[in-house]
Amino acid sequence: MIDVTARYFAVFREQAGQEAEVLSTDAVTAGELFAQIATRHGFTDPMARCKVAINDELAGWEEELNEGDVVLFFPPVAGG
Amino acid sequence: MPLNRATFEITDRPIDAAALTHELRADSAGAYASFEGWVRNLNEGQDVTALDYEAHEPVAVSEGEKILEEALERFGLLAAASRHRVGHLEIGDCAVWVGVSAPHRGSAFEGCRYIIDELKQRLPIWKKEYYLNGHSDWINCVTGRSDAPGGNPTGS
Repeated sequence: MIDVTARYFAVFREQAGQEAEVLSTDAVTAGELFAQIATRHGFTDPMARCKVAINDELAGWEEELNEGDVVLFFPPVAGG
Repeated sequence: MPLNRATFEITDRPIDAAALTHELRADSAGAYASFEGWVRNLNEGQDVTALDYEAHEPVAVSEGEKILEEALERFGLLAAASRHRVGHLEIGDCAVWVGVSAPHRGSAFEGCRYIIDELKQRLPIWKKEYYLNGHSDWINCVTGRSDAPGGNPTGS
């Protein structure tokens, strides 16, 4: 198990009811952590349309997590 | 040649297009092209009254700068700049501005188009629309509305 901080934006923040939380997780990758969180908070957007950043760098869903990482979950974007 | 050939910023203040355009000037520039995205009063058949934009600034800025650098290289631009608003915007406000200078018009048009298309796809920026009927919605997200542009919960 590792401890990471998950941060939520836009619709994810509203669905999670919080901006961030520290999680103890057995997830190995960012995608596995997303799946755990999406179930718990009832996220309605599929992972394929979302993005993830680790410690302020965009990452792939297969990227492995490390103790203390700050993992940013971005719902589908709508800039412009 | 301008000192900064590619600048991207997120701002909560109105965008000063004239000042930004001036920074793109170069003696070798024969063309300038720009794009402004404005808040409009209708989306997906609903009357829109206002928008809230939210960004994750560190990632938005680094990705925005990367897109401008890509455009400089791909289209041989002399300079490129862009700004994106965050916060509460009203109908008619400028939400995003892109400007480029280039030796000729072809690369200016193409480079400007590339930048706005990539910004819309890649930046962690979200908008919540407020409607005349009192409802609001995050755009492109599945929020249970069957006509939401992001698709529907069944994924069909």
